[in-house]
Amino acid sequence: MSLKTNYRQAVKAFQPAPPYFFNSVKAFVVGGLLCALAEWLAKWYSSFFSISAISAQQLAVMTMMFFAIVLTGAGKYDDFSQFAGAGATMLMTGLANALASAAIEHRSEGWTAGIASQMFKSGGAAIVYGIVAAYLLGLFYYIVS
Amino acid sequence: MDYVVAFMAGGGICALAQLAMDVGKLPQLHVMSLLVAVGVILGISGIYDRIVAFAGAGATLPLSGFGYFLTKGILSQKELDGWLTIGAAMFQFTGAILSFAIVLSFFTALICKPKG
Repeated sequence: MSLKTNYRQAVKAFQPAPPYFFNSVKAFVVGGLLCALAEWLAKWYSSFFSISAISAQQLAVMTMMFFAIVLTGAGKYDDFSQFAGAGATMLMTGLANALASAAIEHRSEGWTAGIASQMFKSGGAAIVYGIVAAYLLGLFYYIVS
Repeated sequence: MDYVVAFMAGGGICALAQLAMDVGKLPQLHVMSLLVAVGVILGISGIYDRIVAFAGAGATLPLSGFGYFLTKGILSQKELDGWLTIGAAMFQFTGAILSFAIVLSFFTALICKPKG
């Protein structure tokens, strides 16, 4: 096996094994802590404003997104998600970060062509698939029920 | 106790997503979309409702919660008067979340400069 013809295979033996287990533990701890914080917020909202459980959850999610967008604006969320991996990107805060960071990144191209049209560059995928799946399954549910 | 359950549920979903990215070699965007789609499927079948009743924010804060909120609007419609209302019902809960994120992102982008 020569290095020129099959570089990836040849080099594999010398690469360190990726820390799969450690990455998952980091994602577990960070994601879990954020969820526990959101749970505390939801509990506090539902007792303080005396609103229904679903509205309290909604408000808690929005609060977490608010913090994520503010941190993104300050340029701190990237370091955090670099450390936490899926623990930071697979939450709604990750979606908020995707929207805000894309908007900030393209700010120099102007208000319309930059911020407004590039905002959904990476966060749009999750939103589009969610809406498409919900629409199709909603139609199915409508026909069945 | 509720916090422990929320911690375990949210952390478990994040750890699974991390494993899908590391071991399954899926790109991050695909995992995000997949998670939302899983939330939609579990949401429309009514399973996710029970998970949320059990785990609270541990189930709504991960991206699958976005799918859950989408279907929650459809399911909480009392009478389905025509298929057109599905599109409106979807945004009963997600409308607030999405528009909040979009508006705040817009103004953050106006104020903040890119770093690094």
